[in-house]
Formats: sequence, structure tokens, C-alpha cells
Amino acid sequence: MSKASLAPALRGSQSPATRLGGLAVLTALLALAAIMLLPDGGWLLALAALAVWAAAWALTATMARLQPKSPAAGRALAIAIPLTFGVTLLFLWECVVRGLNVPPVLLPPPSAIAATIVSSAGLLFADFVQTFLKAVIAGYVLGCGAGFLTALLVDRSPFLKRGLLPIGNLVSALPIVGVAPIMVMWFGFDWPSKAAVVVVMTFFPMLVNTVAGLAASSAMERDLMRTYAASHGQTLFKLRLPAALPFIFNALKINATLALIGAIVAEFFGTPIVGMGFRISAEIGRMNTPMVWAEITVAALVGSLSYGAIALIERRATFWHPSVRKG
Amino acid sequence: MLLVCRRQQILGTSPRMTAFRRVRPVSSFPHPPLTFSSLPATVGDAVARRQGNRKGPAISASPAIAEPSAGIGYAGPVGRFLRRRAEGRTIPVIAVCLAILGLWYCAAIGVNWATETDKLARAGDYSTLNAVAATWSAERPVLPVPHQIVAEVWKTVFEVRPTSPRSLLFHAWVTLSSTLLGFLFGSALGVLLAVGILFSRTLDKSLMPWVVISQTIPILAIAPMIIVVLNSMGVQGLLPKAFISTYLSFFPVTVGMVKGLRSPDRMLIDLMHSYSANSLQTLVKLRFPASLPFLFTSMKVAVAASLVGAIVGELPTGAVAGLGARLLAGSYYGQTIQIWSALVMASLMAAVLVWLVGLCERAALRRQGMLR
Repeated sequence: MSKASLAPALRGSQSPATRLGGLAVLTALLALAAIMLLPDGGWLLALAALAVWAAAWALTATMARLQPKSPAAGRALAIAIPLTFGVTLLFLWECVVRGLNVPPVLLPPPSAIAATIVSSAGLLFADFVQTFLKAVIAGYVLGCGAGFLTALLVDRSPFLKRGLLPIGNLVSALPIVGVAPIMVMWFGFDWPSKAAVVVVMTFFPMLVNTVAGLAASSAMERDLMRTYAASHGQTLFKLRLPAALPFIFNALKINATLALIGAIVAEFFGTPIVGMGFRISAEIGRMNTPMVWAEITVAALVGSLSYGAIALIERRATFWHPSVRKG
Repeated sequence: MLLVCRRQQILGTSPRMTAFRRVRPVSSFPHPPLTFSSLPATVGDAVARRQGNRKGPAISASPAIAEPSAGIGYAGPVGRFLRRRAEGRTIPVIAVCLAILGLWYCAAIGVNWATETDKLARAGDYSTLNAVAATWSAERPVLPVPHQIVAEVWKTVFEVRPTSPRSLLFHAWVTLSSTLLGFLFGSALGVLLAVGILFSRTLDKSLMPWVVISQTIPILAIAPMIIVVLNSMGVQGLLPKAFISTYLSFFPVTVGMVKGLRSPDRMLIDLMHSYSANSLQTLVKLRFPASLPFLFTSMKVAVAASLVGAIVGELPTGAVAGLGARLLAGSYYGQTIQIWSALVMASLMAAVLVWLVGLCERAALRRQGMLR
């Protein structure tokens, strides 16, 4: 496709689909030009990168203005737009770093990070096992479980509820990661100390949310259970716990992020020679930034995937909730 | 007016409703909402209590005057004061705090017992009472007891010049300054980005998903790298830490602010439209005031996050100054009391910062007439 045939497409006189296709092709062509210029660098590359950015921005804007008719197309668009944006950003990062000869110690290009991920996949996997599969999972299950059970107990006593809730709310604002050095002293360098930090970090959000959730069912509904002569346990399992599920899942989602942060930061205070936090602090000491970025990429992936998994379970479990059900 | 109403019906839900949907507890479970449920919760509770739920806890404050046994057990002003506090939150909170303190002292006996009795046994004979006293006054206990921590905080805050590196105030100020700087930058950046997202559909569709995703990743992991890389470029001291705090605090502010700027419902925006207000005027006179509650809520999250960022940012440079440095130095040399006192100071700071934001929130909302 030559530039001449692109021109009318870009003027916007055609249908949005034509315009979209034209812009996509233009962006791809410019990106190709920029890639060919990459080895040389210099101002020509900067110009090409700028052109790619402008074209990609126009493409994103066109896509954002589309109003798809079918819901499937809408969903595809909702993924395609941020994806285009992200890929453009990565591409610009690559061009700027290689074009301006930024030293890789400061900011490695994405290609170098990707290469590091591939070449040291074994090491990254070992860190993942140590930090996530051992420390985070154990701490997360224990912390959330303990918070949940405590909430069930506290719920029986209004006095405790009034006393613990303000404290729980206060604690959730405190920098709890600070207990990491204490836990490392108590439980040693290996993963149990990290799991302990995660337990402390995840306990209070779960407690506060579950207690709030158990109060979520309305008085009418509880009265209905009473007219059925339901016992405390029956009311709990058939009415109050299902009604509390959105709150509990909210805590689970908050905790998914907190747990990973807790485990990684705790590893800054001392670990055996494996683990995500250890790798980050050790490799940055050797100024091996691509490896640090690779580790951060893995952490980001793990964080958003575990969050996504919990969100998925939430959609299945709370299908009746207004924010999930359709119509 | 009719037209507006119909438009609202056609549009279905207003943005405000969608904003609240996720947090709103379920009202329609397991049966569709009745007209009854539109009553305020306290009224519903009171009715429920009177309808035979009397055994259940009376959580809402004042009991009805005409209830049976009302007025019986009148115990004078002191008794009334105590009962009101017990029905409120003061006495329960104090009781829970005391229980925690008691547990703490007991735990300290158990945890410190082995090391301390060992020491005492080497020195000679000892009684149980001596051993308990020793577990509460050890120099490097496994678990220091509260009064030791309070004494350490008192000593390092009031008995040392605030300018010396032995003073906790000195370290707290180092952390606080970068926290505040980062928080201010982060909030400003977050508000700006939210306004950008509000006005640009492209930004909304392309950038907003990434902002939301970034909430789910452990951004804090990036802190050591920022510190070390900026350090190698010659940027030291306050700025790198403030940068981390900025980074951590601007995401929640952006998300909350976008929600808040979209919170005015269709009617109000149409009203602005019929006044022929342009989008800037709508922003300043309607959207921004309406977003304040959202802004303050997210700023509370942000200020706590930026404090954590500042503390973690102090770790990789090696214990130089700041509360994070105190934590690290304490863990190097096994100074448990120092770790705990730094932790207490950090917690105090977080509580005060969140409280200050809450104070600003109340002032702003009162000015708007949203609060009495």
C-alpha cells in the first residue's frame, strides 16, 4: 500500500473502519522504519519515534471514538485500546533508550529485559517458588483464615465489635511492613518469617471487612430467618455469609496485593540467597538493572494474575450481586 | 424537567449509582427490595427490635423512651456517663486496648523466658518473680514490653537534642519530609491526570485500564532500584524517596478522583448545560466540589502509602537516616527496642497524617454543608 492511497483514508472521509485500517497500516509502516533506523540511532530515529507516537495516538483516538454495536466487539475494543497504548509505550521506550544511548544501568530497553527473562527463566522461577508459592500463599491463607475466624467470633459480641473495629481500621492505615525486621529475627531468614509478615498484613483488612459484611444483611432479612426458626448457624450460613461475600472478596483482593508487597519487602531485611526481594536488592547492588526489571515484571505479572484469579472467583461466587449480574 | 427525567430513565443508571454499586451492600437479597428497605437503617433496626428481636443487641444509640423498663436503673450522672460510653465506642476500645496490653505482657514472659532464665541461672539462684521481672526489663529482649518501648521513645524524643542522629525526632522528620513532599506531588499529579482522563476519551480508554491494573502490582518492589539508580546519577537525599512516595500515592488519587469527577448525576450536568456553562466552568463549579469526598478518601489511602514508600525507600541506601534506617540498623545489631520504637513512631506518624487529612475533609465538607 502506497502513501498515495493512504491519504484519502487519513482525511477521514471514509468509514471509520477504513480510517482505522489506514492508521494501523501507517503506524506499522512507521514502526518498521523506526526499527530499521534503530542500529544507527541519531535524530532520524527520534523523528521516526515521534511519528510512530503521533500515528499510534491517532489510532487510539479513533478506536476510542468508535461505538461498537455488539457487546463482543465492545469487549474486544476495551482490550485492544489499552493494549495498543501499552505496546506504543514499550516501543517508544525502546527507541528513546537505544536512540539516545541511555546507559542500560539507568534504564534498560524492553528488549534487554525480555532477553533477561528468557535467559534466566530458571532463576526467576526459583525466586517465584520461594517468594510466592511458599511465603505468600502460606501467609495469605493463614492471615485471611485467621481474620475470617476472628471476625466470626467477634460478631457474637457487640462489645468486642465496637472495640475492635476502630482499632482494625486504624491498623490498616499503619505501615505494617515495618514488622518485617522483627519477624525476620523471630522466625529466621527462610520463608516462614516472610509468611509471618504476610499474616500480620492480611489479618486486619480481612477482619474489618468480614465484620462489616456480616452486618450487611438487612433487618428484614434477618427477621425472615427468625420467622423460619433458623438457628444462629443456619442464619450465618444461609443468609449472612452469602450477603457478606462481596466484602470478603474485597478483602481477599486487597490482601492479594498486600501479601506480595509484604513478602518482597520482608526479604529486603534478610533471606537465604533466593527470592524476589532478595534478587531485586542483590542485583541492584551489582547494578544489573535488566535483571531487576525482569524480576519486577514477574512480580507485576504474578500480582495482577492472582488479583484477576480472585476477581474471577468472585464473579462466579457472587453471581447475584448487582455489580456482577447483567440487566 | 420531564424531558430530563425521561432521559434519566432511558440512560438507566447515573454515574453516581454505578460508582456506589460495588461498595453498596446488597439490599435485594434474597428477595427484591420492598418499600420498607428505603427507610433509614436505624429506623429499620429500631422497628425490628420492637418486633420481637429484643434479645438481639441494641446497637443504635438511644433506646426508645416508651420502652418497657425505660428509666429503670437510673444511676446518676456517673452511671449514665459510663453507660453512654459503653454503648458508644470509648469503653469497648479502651477494654480491647487493655486486653491487648495484658496479652502482650504475658506473651513477653513466655517469649523472653528461656534466654532470661538462662542468664539468671548462670549468675546464680533466682526466684520466679525475679525471672518475670527480668523478662520485662531485658536489654535485648526477643519481645520488648510496652513500657520499655515507651521509655525508649521518651528518651530518644525528649532527652536528646532533635538535631542529633540519636534522636528519634530527627529520623522521623527525615521520613516525614519526604513523605509530605511525595504526597503533595502525588496528589497534584493524580488530580491533574484525573482531569485529563475526564476530558480525553482517548486517555480514558487507553490509560485508565493501566492505572487500575497498576493497583494490583507490588509497585513498592521498584523502590530500591529508583534509589540506587538516582543515587548513581548524583541525586541523593530527599528527592529519590519523595519520588517513590509520589509514585505510590498518585495511583489511588487518580482512581478516586476520576470516580469523584464523574459522580455528579445527569440532572446536575444538564442543569449546568442549561446555564450554558462551558466544560471548564462545569469542572470548577460542579465536578470539583462533588469530587471532594472521593478525593479525601483516596488521599487518606495515599498518605499512608507514601509513608510506607518513604520508609522502604530508606532501606537500600544503607542505614543513614530516617525511620526505615532505624529499622534496618536495629535489625543489623539486634536492637529490638530500637526497632519497636521506630515502628511506634511510624505508626504514630501514620495515624496523625490520616487524622489530619480527615480533619481537612471535615472542614471542607462542613464548608460545603455536607456535614452539620
